[in-house]
Amino acid sequence: MINQSYRLYSPKQIRIEQIDERVKENDVIIKPIYLSICAADQRYYTGNRDKEVLKKKLPMALIHEAVGEVIYDPKGKIERGTKVVLIPNTPTEVDDVIKENYLRSSYFKSSGVDGFMQNFVCIDRGRIIPYKKIEDRIAVLLELMSVVMNALEHFDHYSHMRKQTLGVWGDGSLGFITCLILKKTFPNARVVLFGKTEEKARYFQFVDETYQIANIPDDLRVDHAFECVGGLGSEAAINQIIDYINPEGSIALMGVSENNVPINTRMVLEKGLTLLGNSRSGYEDFKAAIDFLETYPEASDYLNNIISEEVIVHDVKDINRAFENDLNNEFKTIMRWKV
Amino acid sequence: MIYAEILAGGKGTRMGNTDLPKQFMMLGSKPIIIHTIEQFLINGKFNKILVCCPKNWITYMQDLLKKYDLDNGDIVVVAGGSTRNETIMNGCKYIEDNFGVGNDDIIVTHDAVRPFITQRIIDENIEASKKADATDTVIVATDTIVESIDGKVISNIPDRKTMYQGQTPQSFNIKKLVKLYNELTDEEKDILTDACKIFVIKKKKVNLVDGEVYNIKITTMHDLKMANAILMERDK
Repeated sequence: MINQSYRLYSPKQIRIEQIDERVKENDVIIKPIYLSICAADQRYYTGNRDKEVLKKKLPMALIHEAVGEVIYDPKGKIERGTKVVLIPNTPTEVDDVIKENYLRSSYFKSSGVDGFMQNFVCIDRGRIIPYKKIEDRIAVLLELMSVVMNALEHFDHYSHMRKQTLGVWGDGSLGFITCLILKKTFPNARVVLFGKTEEKARYFQFVDETYQIANIPDDLRVDHAFECVGGLGSEAAINQIIDYINPEGSIALMGVSENNVPINTRMVLEKGLTLLGNSRSGYEDFKAAIDFLETYPEASDYLNNIISEEVIVHDVKDINRAFENDLNNEFKTIMRWKV
Repeated sequence: MIYAEILAGGKGTRMGNTDLPKQFMMLGSKPIIIHTIEQFLINGKFNKILVCCPKNWITYMQDLLKKYDLDNGDIVVVAGGSTRNETIMNGCKYIEDNFGVGNDDIIVTHDAVRPFITQRIIDENIEASKKADATDTVIVATDTIVESIDGKVISNIPDRKTMYQGQTPQSFNIKKLVKLYNELTDEEKDILTDACKIFVIKKKKVNLVDGEVYNIKITTMHDLKMANAILMERDK
């Protein structure tokens, strides 16, 4: 079956490749409806990755946040038109202890293997989950929500029980979703946002308090913290968290940095802090994200506010426009996939 | 009802010394025609997919469908005609004889040798056919079109902005297509090699759908080499 893959060859250069797709026994065929641009995609697109990494991973179709509809099931079991979220993590082994998204043997779409920017996607039926009560343009945020669900599971497992004040560093899309899920999951906790600008903090009306990172009261303390900054801001954010966190608190690290980050380990030791690494998500995290949106339908209204732009994509020019515009958008850029 | 008709009437005479019609030649892992049929099969909107091929290749075609697990009830192999339009008409006749034809029934006809067809093009053909009697798939002309009536000197150079290159699918309201075709004289039938042109000369509306530059027709050995060169294995 011939498929078309929209592959990034070099920064900002996307070409359509014809792929002789071998549909595997357990595959289903999905037509993407919405794709959402992640900072990781943007780093590839703009070439802000190490040259060796780009050389190794490109050409490759970007995008790992996607929803679509089943157009064909060779086994005839899944009804045509079923709306599904696509899981980018692809495990190759089963491990009873280690989660699928941490197994070094797992593949991840748009990181070394083609992502979802294709005319249709052949995917194992175990890597899709149907959704019904969620709007498509909100459902495309499920991947990002699942990443938060993965971090929350980790947090739940390793953090101590005093969860009165939870701090979230980072006023981007990940910070927003983390605040939203924390607020619903821990209704008695005080959720505090630490952001860079007052303008963006205005989007976070549902949290208990917001502070600008340059202006945090000296006596403010959090029991646990979530770092949703990443990039060049990682160092300042993590060290600020270390300053403001109570002893034996946990710090959930969620932001990706291209460079090594020097942190104040003396104070990590003195306070007995726990640093929790979090990356990506697995099947159960996606289920938890869907459950969340179905349990709290009002959460969709909040999420709607962080879709900065919807770009209708017919061709490569539109894809380029979506990525270019995304650089200036405050939150998420999503693509209505109509190629 | 919505039908697809894959036109595989060609006997491969332009391809070189081979006796195997071009639609049966290998493109990557499968014969060209199998790639084409698969796109119509996964589309899921067709009540039946007709594959029209030369009479003496019908058994071969049926064997191919079996080999590639496509011999379910969705696809039937029908004998083609001596011309492109006759092949289309044979398909329409098959539909009439076996299922009857309703006023809104449409047929999406497509060259078997255009395997790079996409789901969007198929979907847009179906949608456009619901709004007009006929639909053609085109791409904007990139080369200047030069007209010469005697083949020696230029008689006209039309404005490129209004020129398009025809591809397939071409899609039709079945009843209207059959009616218009039957009204043609034998001479007209000889001249009208393109089914959409039948509608145009009868002053009927023909909608346009955007094709793709890569929706190429594999006609010559060169085309086949090119097609095999651009088709990649999924290596990762």
